[in-house]
Amino acid sequence: MIRPDWHTVEQWITPKSRVLDLGCGDGALLSHLIERRQVSAVGLELDDDKVASGIERGLNIIQEDLDNGISDWFAPMSFDFVIVSQTIQAMRHPERLLADMLTIAREGIVTFPNMGYWRNRVQLGLLGHMPINRALPNPWYNTPNIHLCTLSDFESLCSELGIEILDRAVVDSARRESALLRAFPNWFGEHAIYRIQRKS
Amino acid sequence: MSDASEKLAQSGLSRSVGIVEPKTARFSEPLALDCGRSLPSYELVYETYGQLNDEGSNAVLICHALSGDHHAAGFHAETDRKPGWWDSAIGPGKPIDTDRFFVVCLNNLGGCKGSTGPLSIDPVSGKPYGPDFPIVTVKDWVHSQYRLMQYLGLPGWAAVIGGSLGGMQVLQWSITYPDALAHAVVIAAAPRLSAQNIAFNEVARQAIITDPEFYGGRYADHNTLPRRGLMLARMLGHITYLSDDAMRAKFGRELRSGQVQYGFDVEFQVESYLRYQGASFVDRFDANTYLLMTKALDYFDPAQASNDDLVAALAEVKAHFLVVSFTSDWRFSPERSREIVRALLASGKQVSYAEIESNHGHDAFLMTIPYYHRVLAGYMANIDFASTPSGLSSPVYSTGGAV
Repeated sequence: MIRPDWHTVEQWITPKSRVLDLGCGDGALLSHLIERRQVSAVGLELDDDKVASGIERGLNIIQEDLDNGISDWFAPMSFDFVIVSQTIQAMRHPERLLADMLTIAREGIVTFPNMGYWRNRVQLGLLGHMPINRALPNPWYNTPNIHLCTLSDFESLCSELGIEILDRAVVDSARRESALLRAFPNWFGEHAIYRIQRKS
Repeated sequence: MSDASEKLAQSGLSRSVGIVEPKTARFSEPLALDCGRSLPSYELVYETYGQLNDEGSNAVLICHALSGDHHAAGFHAETDRKPGWWDSAIGPGKPIDTDRFFVVCLNNLGGCKGSTGPLSIDPVSGKPYGPDFPIVTVKDWVHSQYRLMQYLGLPGWAAVIGGSLGGMQVLQWSITYPDALAHAVVIAAAPRLSAQNIAFNEVARQAIITDPEFYGGRYADHNTLPRRGLMLARMLGHITYLSDDAMRAKFGRELRSGQVQYGFDVEFQVESYLRYQGASFVDRFDANTYLLMTKALDYFDPAQASNDDLVAALAEVKAHFLVVSFTSDWRFSPERSREIVRALLASGKQVSYAEIESNHGHDAFLMTIPYYHRVLAGYMANIDFASTPSGLSSPVYSTGGAV
């Protein structure tokens, strides 16, 4: 199954580049990029089941907890792209990862569920409960998503960390494009996808 | 299928390679050793499982650890109580699948299970080598294994695989003969021993050497064995192969007779276990070989020749790697495996790394742990025989190497 953010990620990846996927899950995105962009790929993942799936796909997978930091593992600028797909919201220190990832690669691609999406706002603001929906399926007490943010929150953090935003795309789960989406991304974007680099 | 293997199949052991027979390869070309000496001629005992394909591209080498040997899988006789030491992973449908791979396992030089070692006759003196057998290193083993590969007419290995000291041989293979293997599987190993590792080995050696029955390694001349020393060495070894948790789970503080006796006889179950392991080891292992194997461990340091820079030492490596460690292994902890993985990554190599949750300590690498076996099987299944070396390129020799 193609996740809603993959298409955009694929467009931003240069063919035959070196790609590191942090929190690569079962390796499906990397397999997709190898097939479509002929990249050389490495994935980092903590979960046993997902690591095994990645290795079964024939991928290079390193089993590690992202919260332990990544700069020990990879030399500066050893990759062209670092992808953090649907992962930062589950980390103890997303801000450290964002800073570290741009020492390892020239460009970073970050995707996350947008807490500012209108359904989330309605569930929290009007109905008065934590959002539960396609993008955020878990109840508040048992969710990996401990650091949710909106597009605007993410952009302020980037600015604080000296990170430049090269591109931004927002999609809903059905990957539909619409005028509304383009005009009010922080309201109608269910998933946010950013291409970032260190400010020169 | 022979009657014997049919019987095994019927008895529910259909995932076994069945009855296997060791073979002997004789080499008359001298082998120059790291220590400066050379072996004028030698024999290597080995076993094979599975069928070599027409291209000779499905061969896998298994390297054994400290007290291992060539008998990695199957049974020597129907009456055998136990299969080979890594039968859990080698066999039809197992992670190292003998329906797909041609598996080779040998007893290393200096061993005591048939390959030339301290128990063999020294052609010069006409007597057993005993303590005069030269010190062999991991690199010497790899050179001798390369010769076995040539003897078997193999163009190269689809994979070289080993745990513990076996994993160190795998690492050495990838450095010394980068063109001879496509994949390297390094399990529960380390890029070199720590001071603590060497310290344990030294206590083991002192236990053997100071045994009054050791006679400077010439115990055979005195028709005796350094029984107590070798037993102590093995008991110490067993403590370091298990974790605190594993010992607690296995023995706790359980007493054999139910109450304390206020004496020095065996009282706790753990004492009984260690004494049993130590005593049974004496009957199947040679003390001089044990000393040699611990020295091979101590000396292993492939980065030494590159100013202690493992990344530089790995520069010429071509093999793809799978590195595996176990969380409760304190003899060769996950951190030691991570050192290998980090160096491979920094050197731009292809590598996967899995850290297996287990409370079995170092011994875990021999056990059937579902996640561990899934990773190993998954990695092996992806090996493409088209990438196995064709045997056309020449090996890289370094100082002290065999030519």
